[in-house]
Amino acid sequence: MSAPTSQSNSLAHYKSGPDFFRLLCWLASAVTVLTLGWIIFKIVESAWPAIHKFGWDFLTSSAWLPNRERFGVFPFIVGTVVSSFVAILMAFPLGLAIAIFLSENFLPAPVRQVIRFVVEMLAAIPSVVYGLWGIFVVIPLSKSFADWMVSVFGGVPIFAGPAYGNSLFTASIVLAIMILPTITAISRNSLSSVPKTLREGAYALGSTRWEAILGVILPSAAPGIVAATILALGRAMGETMAVAMLIGNSSRLSWSIFSPAGTLAGLLANQFGEAQELQVNSLMYAALILIIITLFVNMIGEAVLRYTQHQTAGIR
Amino acid sequence: MPIVDQQMTKQTSPNSNPPVRKDFLAAKDFNFFYGKKQALYDINIEIPERQVTAFIGPSGCGKSTLLRNFNRMNELIEGVRHEGDIRLLGKSIYDKSVEVISLRRSIGMVFQKSNPFPKSIYENVVYGLRISGQSKKSTLDEAVERSLRGAALWEEVKDRLHESALGLSGGQMQRLCIARAIANRPKVLLMDEPCSALDPIATVKVEELIRELKKEFTIVIVTHNMQQATRCSDETAFFYLGKLIEFDRTQKIFSNPSEKQTEDYITGRFG
Amino acid sequence: MDNIGTHSLDFFELDHNENTKAMGRSLTNRILTGICVTLSLLTMIPLISIIVLLLKNGLPLLSASIFTELPPAAGMTGGGFGNAIIGTLVMVGLGLAISTPVGILSAIFINEYSQTSRLSRAVRFVAKLLTGIPSIICGVFAFAIVVLPNQTFSAFAGGVALSVLMLPTILLTAEQALMGVQNAYREASYGLGATRFQTIVRVVLPDALPAMMTGIMLAVARAAGETAPLIFTALFSQYWASSLNEPTASLAVLIYNFSTVPFPHQVSMAWTASLVLVAFVTIANVAAQTIFARKN
Repeated sequence: MSAPTSQSNSLAHYKSGPDFFRLLCWLASAVTVLTLGWIIFKIVESAWPAIHKFGWDFLTSSAWLPNRERFGVFPFIVGTVVSSFVAILMAFPLGLAIAIFLSENFLPAPVRQVIRFVVEMLAAIPSVVYGLWGIFVVIPLSKSFADWMVSVFGGVPIFAGPAYGNSLFTASIVLAIMILPTITAISRNSLSSVPKTLREGAYALGSTRWEAILGVILPSAAPGIVAATILALGRAMGETMAVAMLIGNSSRLSWSIFSPAGTLAGLLANQFGEAQELQVNSLMYAALILIIITLFVNMIGEAVLRYTQHQTAGIR
Repeated sequence: MPIVDQQMTKQTSPNSNPPVRKDFLAAKDFNFFYGKKQALYDINIEIPERQVTAFIGPSGCGKSTLLRNFNRMNELIEGVRHEGDIRLLGKSIYDKSVEVISLRRSIGMVFQKSNPFPKSIYENVVYGLRISGQSKKSTLDEAVERSLRGAALWEEVKDRLHESALGLSGGQMQRLCIARAIANRPKVLLMDEPCSALDPIATVKVEELIRELKKEFTIVIVTHNMQQATRCSDETAFFYLGKLIEFDRTQKIFSNPSEKQTEDYITGRFG
Repeated sequence: MDNIGTHSLDFFELDHNENTKAMGRSLTNRILTGICVTLSLLTMIPLISIIVLLLKNGLPLLSASIFTELPPAAGMTGGGFGNAIIGTLVMVGLGLAISTPVGILSAIFINEYSQTSRLSRAVRFVAKLLTGIPSIICGVFAFAIVVLPNQTFSAFAGGVALSVLMLPTILLTAEQALMGVQNAYREASYGLGATRFQTIVRVVLPDALPAMMTGIMLAVARAAGETAPLIFTALFSQYWASSLNEPTASLAVLIYNFSTVPFPHQVSMAWTASLVLVAFVTIANVAAQTIFARKN
């Protein structure tokens, strides 16, 4: 008679363990989910006085005058968007070329391995080191290139002089290098997830390698490459240190890409440490705008990426 | 399209067709290596014109490897190497003057798993023509109808040529891949287990198509299904461990094989 | 069907026109390959440039004392960045202490307990979004919840900022790691009468541990190099820190501060600090990949 009792006892004992552990895991999950809400809530709360005072004008005003308590971030929004787009313009062809290079066998495997390693290293280098390198290497090069461009195309507003070393163009060059690994990695994934059979089909019909790449492989991988570009754009918009060190942090709007500019992230990095009162609130407001823009861009990127995975699942 | 009675095709070939050539496609002392591993040993085979030749044998016997050498598809794999020669109409496919892209247009291929491009049905069929620079609409339209009719698919898809090919059934996709291959007007059609991923009804359709296509094309088909070989091939080659064991009329191979290994295989004693 | 089957005796001599086209196509093919290869090899230039400069400008000041001494005041020479190294290690450690339990327990919940519940989907979604938010936002957040109430910049605030940064990396790689554990193991464990808790702790976690370590090392590598979350949470200090509740130096912020001053010695020190930081990050990354490679 005692045997069944002890057995049911041990069953009961078994049960109490997992319930507690499950609760712990559930709590951790809740904390994870709440973190994002908490971040947004705290930022909105801290920004509230500025939101209340400036409203939408904050987005469209170009004045950033802490002494006179007037704040507007229009130039920084423009700087964030433009510097990121210019960076994408430079990084996209390179990133796509590398992604194709890594998924094809143009050169023997060891060479591809080296390039792969180089790209991974580029992803690992800290932003502040890019900034330091940018100050000493990219600024002089960019300045002389910009001087030449101004002398030739100076009549075009976006290439107008005088050319500065600390400029939107300089920041964009370094940004382009920094987002290259993002574009490369995701594009390469979607290229290599194009079924091998499609590639063989194209070759068997008499395609040259590039006819197969351009006609069949790239179109199949296109959604993934688009996603890669969008996610890289999101990264570029949030990138802080290297940009803050190179862009000149000016709140003056200029048509020329060779002029100093400013970004939202750079603004935060430069001013948060010494800000007081309404300036802190305004910086929080700027942070809120930055988080909304980057969340928006990233959500689109993730959505496209998910759509891609559905698509390739269909082909297989 | 001349509808010729099945039995008549071979003996009484219509006078419009040139005489059947015995060594239309041939391998001579052909060896093939994946890295250090040898996959084919001294293959000598002559594939006759406008006949269906089946390659049979257990998995890994080299039948697909040989097939994929006929249009040099194996060169896409790194570290492969060959010795000996393969000739189409007496000319080496490895000759320096041969552009591999032209070779692959002359020797079409259909794969085990149907692989339509994620494009419309129309664009799938004209792919080969487009890449070789053909862009005249009337020529393309004509080629689409001719090829789809040739692949017995025209009636089923003629009203939705511009819809995605991925919406077709498995059997239709495979016939689309055949249409796509014959749109290039190849001399030879290589088929690598074309029915292995199809249901029985779709398989019957593709087999009927194969028997129809041999009036125009020289066909080599790799199959693991011996019934299929007896149903639709004229000649059968049996491969084992990278060697060509026996090559003869299909009827002879399945009724009275000369080699013990062939007999063991077709009677199901191994493989 | 017209004479598809007929053929000229030499099949390669299609018509002259097509043969010329084929040669043109092969040429285009080769040119495109050349462009692609050239562009790919171009990427090596920035990396080589960075590494060469790190070695050239960073090595001269590298010595044992640089790891043990305090940063020099403006315009002075000598000194080191011992406090910044300690600061970085402490804050990365704090970040890990907060994010690892939360991340791994969340991953266990969404993979072992309820894969499709609303909470699990929310966790995955939020983790994805957190990977995308700019690192400086982590700093803004820590500023709001730690610096403002405490009225002081601190290592603790820096650690909180880094933990937000590390959480999604740790969580998502831990989920991948758990997904990589074969279901047969779980079934075998249940079949032997184990509870879910026992199965997770004794069978699933040991198998997933190496891959989880990979995620943790990746998070460490990323956090150690981050400046933005620290710049107005931990700020900087010229001195050794005596508590977690005071401004604290870190390597990344030291590089930022010293790279923009007009004193050559400080700039050299920024390069040396960069060299040390890149070496540390590379070692962490290599460790992460080695662990991962061994598992597979």
